[in-house]
Amino acid sequence: MACPDVEPQAQSLDPVFAAAAAPSPVSPGPASPDGPPPDPSPPDARVVLTEADIARALRRIAHEVLERTKSLDTVVVLGIPTRGSSLARRLVAVIEEVEGVSVPVGVLDVTMYRDDLRHQPTRHVEPSQIPATGVEDKTVILVDDVLYSGRTVRAALDALADYGRPRAVQLAVLVDRGHRQLPIRADYVGKNLPTSTAEKVQVRLTEHDGLDVVRITGGLPR
Amino acid sequence: MTRRHLLSAADLTRADAEEILTTAASMHDIQHREVKKLPTLRGRTVINLFFEDSTRTRTSFELAGKWMSADTINISAKGSSASKGESLRDTVLTVDAMSVDAFIIRHSASGACHQVAGWVDASVINAGDGTHEHPTQALLDAYTMQQRIGSLEGRHIAIVGDLTHSRVFRSNLILLRTLGARLTVVAPPTLLPSGIGAWSARDGFTVSSDLDAVLTGDDVPDAVMMLRVQKERMSGGYFPTAREYAVGYGMTASRYRALSAANPDVAILHPGPMNRGLEISPEAADSPHSVILDQVSAGVAVRMAVLYHLLAADTTEVAV
Repeated sequence: MACPDVEPQAQSLDPVFAAAAAPSPVSPGPASPDGPPPDPSPPDARVVLTEADIARALRRIAHEVLERTKSLDTVVVLGIPTRGSSLARRLVAVIEEVEGVSVPVGVLDVTMYRDDLRHQPTRHVEPSQIPATGVEDKTVILVDDVLYSGRTVRAALDALADYGRPRAVQLAVLVDRGHRQLPIRADYVGKNLPTSTAEKVQVRLTEHDGLDVVRITGGLPR
Repeated sequence: MTRRHLLSAADLTRADAEEILTTAASMHDIQHREVKKLPTLRGRTVINLFFEDSTRTRTSFELAGKWMSADTINISAKGSSASKGESLRDTVLTVDAMSVDAFIIRHSASGACHQVAGWVDASVINAGDGTHEHPTQALLDAYTMQQRIGSLEGRHIAIVGDLTHSRVFRSNLILLRTLGARLTVVAPPTLLPSGIGAWSARDGFTVSSDLDAVLTGDDVPDAVMMLRVQKERMSGGYFPTAREYAVGYGMTASRYRALSAANPDVAILHPGPMNRGLEISPEAADSPHSVILDQVSAGVAVRMAVLYHLLAADTTEVAV
């Protein structure tokens, strides 16, 4: 839910932990029998990250996390719904595969803390799932799909404060598309993607949409 | 959900109701947090306008508003200009002129909330109007049952007691049918609403005056909702003595034992306040099958969810 331009979100939260490692269907197919329908690619869409690119980006971010944090004991990874939650689980799965350490992972819903609720249709609320370790004195890594205005992350920082006082908060995103409206930056970026505000960045993940891809649609013809 | 008011359980589609119940589950988690405060409705003003006595509904709406950072003010009939003879219309127009965002109204006249919704700019939430409806009670009952027995689709729920005067019954009947439950309603013949035969035929629910047959018959209920005997609305003649009501239609200790033997997972609900020994025995009310305190606990979460869905997005431009 990083950017207001992302299409209406799928609401399933299937616990697909090994999706980063497991091969996902090549052709777009439904994630589950009663899951969302396969996502047709809009005619003007340009693919900017393929399934392999997404897996590689997550793997690199996992290694960067391992480099930067001296001890994984105090790390907690929290995904921001909808697609950030799945990315968070994938990131933790890669860290576990590389380092053999299981890192607590959870979901932080920020809907109630947004500053743009008045200007949009009512948003769906996901339950937050904070790991039993809590966030007090932890290094919290927030995970989202797209970093755009920075308003989601601001809301996430407020939401986090109501659960405790982390020692540090870091931000990992799959795509940074620029156009920040707040003084916020990401610590880990899958891909920096210069965009125009007229364009839309679509992140599609197997858990929700049946395929892994990042596309740009709209904007001026090039 | 894009509507402004919640006047009747019939205002809610199945998708609306399920969305509110999902949101309520998120809000319920907040109740167990150290910091019970969300900034969601900061700057909004919610007026609790209660012309009838209430503990749990008023308190839970007040807490719901406050935990979402809305400014919540209580106005009760006693101590307001209503006691000086001001009409309902003048009272709500006066408060509406102060640019409030929502009225939560309880009134002894059926349809009062519907009328107010036509007069004011603010959202109106029905917190009980006469013998008509009490939609947020139905939502919290549905939420409580879902938490205890799972999805309500196809489940058998019995509603027992004073159906004639019960707004809880009317809202529950509508909402539970929207959610796909099967319903049996039980009351002494004198407390069955007139015309319930045609109503039940149209809406597909069962009517009975034999409580034991319903509780321990072939189709044992998954949940049983005992309604309060409303002494304040009993202007006489509905049943001979309290004792006779308890024996015929109360959840007595022996009935509770038979029911819990027939269905060990049954949930027993009561909207409160309870008349212990009349419609429900202490054995049933304090049993592990009782979810009566869960209902109270769910009340705040469900009302937070309702306030969120009605007030968080600015819908004044698309006013219904």
